[in-house]
Amino acid sequence: MQFDAKIPGGPLEGKWDRHRFELKLVNPANKRKFEIIVIGTGLAGSSASASLAELGYHVKTFCIQDSPRRAHSIAAQGGINAAKNYQNDGDSIWRLFYDTIKGGDFRSREANVYRLAQLSNNIIDHCVAQGIPFARDYGGLLDNRSFGGAQVSRTFYARGQTGQQLLLGAYGALMRQVAAGNVEMFPRREMLDLVVVNDQARGIVARNLITGEIESYAADAVILTSGGYGNIYYLSTNAESSNVGACLRAYKRGAVFANPCFTQIHPTCIPHTGDHQSKLTLMSESLRNDGRVWVPRNSGDIREPQDIPESDRLYFLEEKYPSFGNLVPRDVASRNAKEQCDAGRGVGLTRCAVYLDFSDAIQRDGKDVIAKKYGNLFEMYERITDETPYKRPMMIFPASHYTMGGLWVDYNLMSNIPGLFVLGEANFSDHGANRLGASALMQGLADGYFIIPYTIGGYFAGTPLAPVTTGHGAFNEAVQEGQTKLHKLMSIQGKRTVDNIFRELGKIMWEYCGMSRNAEGLEKASKLIQSLRGEFWENVLVPGTDKDFNKSLEKAQRLADSLEFAETMVVDAWTRNESCGSHFRTEFQTEDGEAKRDDENFCHVSVWKYQGEEERPAFHKEPLVFENVELSQRSYK
Amino acid sequence: MKKLPRRINITLKIWRQQGPKSKGHFEVIPVKNVSVHMSFIELLDTVNEQLSLEGKDPIAFDNDCREGICGACGAVVDGRAHGPEKATTLCQLHMRKFSDGDTIVVEPFRARAFKVVKDLVVDRSALDKIIQAGGYISVNTGGSPDANALPIAQKMADKAMDAAACIGCGACVAACPSASAMLFVSGKVSQLALLPQGRPEAAKRAIGMVRAMDACGFGNCSNHRECENTCPKEISIVNIARLNREFLKASFISEE
Repeated sequence: MQFDAKIPGGPLEGKWDRHRFELKLVNPANKRKFEIIVIGTGLAGSSASASLAELGYHVKTFCIQDSPRRAHSIAAQGGINAAKNYQNDGDSIWRLFYDTIKGGDFRSREANVYRLAQLSNNIIDHCVAQGIPFARDYGGLLDNRSFGGAQVSRTFYARGQTGQQLLLGAYGALMRQVAAGNVEMFPRREMLDLVVVNDQARGIVARNLITGEIESYAADAVILTSGGYGNIYYLSTNAESSNVGACLRAYKRGAVFANPCFTQIHPTCIPHTGDHQSKLTLMSESLRNDGRVWVPRNSGDIREPQDIPESDRLYFLEEKYPSFGNLVPRDVASRNAKEQCDAGRGVGLTRCAVYLDFSDAIQRDGKDVIAKKYGNLFEMYERITDETPYKRPMMIFPASHYTMGGLWVDYNLMSNIPGLFVLGEANFSDHGANRLGASALMQGLADGYFIIPYTIGGYFAGTPLAPVTTGHGAFNEAVQEGQTKLHKLMSIQGKRTVDNIFRELGKIMWEYCGMSRNAEGLEKASKLIQSLRGEFWENVLVPGTDKDFNKSLEKAQRLADSLEFAETMVVDAWTRNESCGSHFRTEFQTEDGEAKRDDENFCHVSVWKYQGEEERPAFHKEPLVFENVELSQRSYK
Repeated sequence: MKKLPRRINITLKIWRQQGPKSKGHFEVIPVKNVSVHMSFIELLDTVNEQLSLEGKDPIAFDNDCREGICGACGAVVDGRAHGPEKATTLCQLHMRKFSDGDTIVVEPFRARAFKVVKDLVVDRSALDKIIQAGGYISVNTGGSPDANALPIAQKMADKAMDAAACIGCGACVAACPSASAMLFVSGKVSQLALLPQGRPEAAKRAIGMVRAMDACGFGNCSNHRECENTCPKEISIVNIARLNREFLKASFISEE
C-alpha cells in the first residue's frame, strides 16, 4: 500500500503558497453548513477550534478535563521558536528549517518542516496581538533566548510559563467563539471511538465522564488533537489524563500509525523518590543554558557536592562535546546521563541522577540575574525536593516527555481516512526522530491556527459528503462496542489495581523500549507485554460502576489502550534496524557511541496498519526524499 | 550520604459525597507509613489503592498535570484552600509539611457557584463562563502586524505577566468569605488592561466579566484579602484595585 503525502511540487520556498492557491475554497456562506468535531483543547485543538469557528464553520470541541484551559500544553515551560531573527544573529526561515530537519535526524519531510519554519513568524505576531505577555527587553521589544541545541537566539518566552500563556491565549480565542455560538464545548468527555461511514470520518462516540453516559456526535470532519502517548512509561512528564486512546481508536478503525517508536526522553526532570511516584516533573531545558551538568569523576563517590573538588568532577557533556557542551540535543544529553548513572557515577537518593550546577553562573552574573531567568523554576524545584538550587546543585534525570510518532498524515494534515485530520503531538509529521526544544508549541499552533483552516476547506470543497446523522448504524455499533468493553472492565473484579499493573507496564517500556533498545530486549518486551495484557484482562480491579464519575474506570480503559499500543511501539523499534535521533539501538552505533543512521535502508517513515487484536500490524513505508538538504551525520563535538 | 526518607502515620478526615444532590459526610481513614516525599495527590492515590483493594469506593478528586500549572486539583486542607503551604497547589504540597500523628481534614472547595460533583470534585465551569464574557482580545487568526511593531515597556509586560499567571483553580473563591471570584476576574482584566493591545476593549471587558461573575452566583469582594493569601500563584490584590478602577471608569465614562 502506498501512502501519498501529497507534497506540492516546485521549489521548497514556494510549496505552501502554491498549495494554498491550489486548494479549493468554501464559499463563506456555505461554511456554516459544515460541522467539525475537534478532540482535545491543547494548543492545536484550541487554536484549530477558534480559527475554524472564526471562519464560520460550526465546531464541536471535546476535552477530558473540566475546562479546556487545563490541557497539558499548559505545562510547557521553556518557549516557542520563530525565525524572526530579531537578534540579528544569523537566523532565518531556512536555518530554523535546517536545524529542525537535522535535529530530527533526517527522518521528517522537508516540505512539512519548511512550512513549519515559515509559519513560526505568523504565530508570534498573532500571539502578541492576543495579548500574550512575552518577555521584553528594556526598549520594549521582544526578548529571545537560545534554547536546546540552537546556536541562535530564536526562542520567545513568557517566564517559565510559555505554554500556559500560549494556551490561555488560544483558550481565550476559543471562549470568544463559544460566546459567539460558533463553538459548542463538551468538557469531561473522553472519545471512545471514531465513526467511519462510507470510508469517511463522520463522527465520534464519547463517554460523559460525569454521568457515564455514552454519547454520539456526527460531523463532516473529525480533527484529533489529543496529544501524545508518553504516559506509556507510567512515569513521565505528561499529565495524568494524557493518553493514546483517541489515536488508538482511530488506528483500529483504519488510520495508519507512523513511527510509533520515536519517543523523546527529556534530560532535565526531577528524579524519582520511590514507588509512590506518579509523575516526573520537568525542569525546563533552558536551565542548561546556564547550568553545568556533572557527576563525581569516581564511581561510588558519595560526598556531598560541595565537598567534591573541581578535579574530582566530571563535566561529561562539556568534555565529550566541546562545541555544544551542555546544550547538546535532548536525546544526547539523556543518553549520556543514563550512561553515567549506569557506570555507577549517579548521585542522590536512588543514584539515578546527575547534577545541574548553577554556582558558576551565579558567580558570573549574580544571583539576581539568575533569579530573573529561572526564579520560578528554582522555586518549583525547591517545593518538590526541599532543596534550593541557589545553594546546592539541582539533581536531574531523564524522563519520557514527548512522542514524535503519531497518526500518519499527509501535507494537508489529513490521515489516510478521508475527513480525519490529526494535529499537534498526535500526528507524526514534523519532528522526525527527535524534537528540538521549543518546537512543540510552534507545531501545535502552526497546525491549528495556520494550516488546518486552509486544508480542511480544500477537503470540504473537493469532497462529496452524504448526509449522516447519529441515527446511522455505525454509531450504534460503536456505542455497543464501547459499552461492551466498559462492562467487561467492570466485571473482572480481580486483585490488582490499575496503577499496580500500569507501573509494571511502565517498567517494561522504560527498560526495553526507552532511551536505548536492542533486538533481544524488544523481543522480551513483546512477550512481557502480552502476558501483562493477559493478566490485566483477567485480574484487574475496577471499583464503582460505569454509570458514574469513576476515575478508576477511566484509568483502566486508558491502561487497556496502552497495553494494546505498547506492542506497536515495540514492533516498530524492533523493525527499525538503525539508530536515529531518539531511537537508539545499541547494535547500531558509531565507534564514539553515537547514533548510527542507515540512510540506505531506513530513510523512510514506518507506517503501521492495524490487522486485528493479537495480530502483527502490517508494515508500509513512506520513503523520505531530500531535495534540499544533504543528509549529514549529526555531530555535536 | 543521604538519610532514608522519613515515614509518618496520619489520619484523614475526608469529605465524601456521592453526587450533587446527596448529603455529604466526613469519613475517617487512617493512613500508615506515608513517605514524606509524597505529594498530597500521591497520598490520595495511595489511599485509593487501599480503598479499592478493600472493596470500597475510592475518593474522587480532580488532578491532571501534578506540577502546579493546570489548576485541576484543589481541596480545602485543614481549613485552607490547597493546604497550609504558601504559594502551593495541592499537587505540589508534600507530606513533609505534616507531622507524624496529624489528623488532616480535607473538604472540597465550597462556593455557591461551585456545585459538588462527587467527593472533592466540584464544577468550576462558571470560571469559563466569566472568560467567555470578555477574557480575551478580539483578534481573528491572520492579519496581525509584526510582533515588534508595538513596543511594550518591560515593566508593563512584567506586570501583565504577574496578573496572567492565574491557573484558574478557584482557590481564591474557596478562600473568600463571600465566595467572590474577584481575584480571578482581576487577573485577566489587569493583564489585558495593562497591555496596549487590550485597551480597545478594556471597558467592555471589565463590565462584561463582572456582570458574568455576578450572574454565576459569586459574591462580592469584601476586602478580606484571603484570596491573595491563598493564591498558589501569589496574584496580588493590586489587580482587584485595578479591576475596580477599570470597572468604575467603564461605568461612568464609557459607552458600554
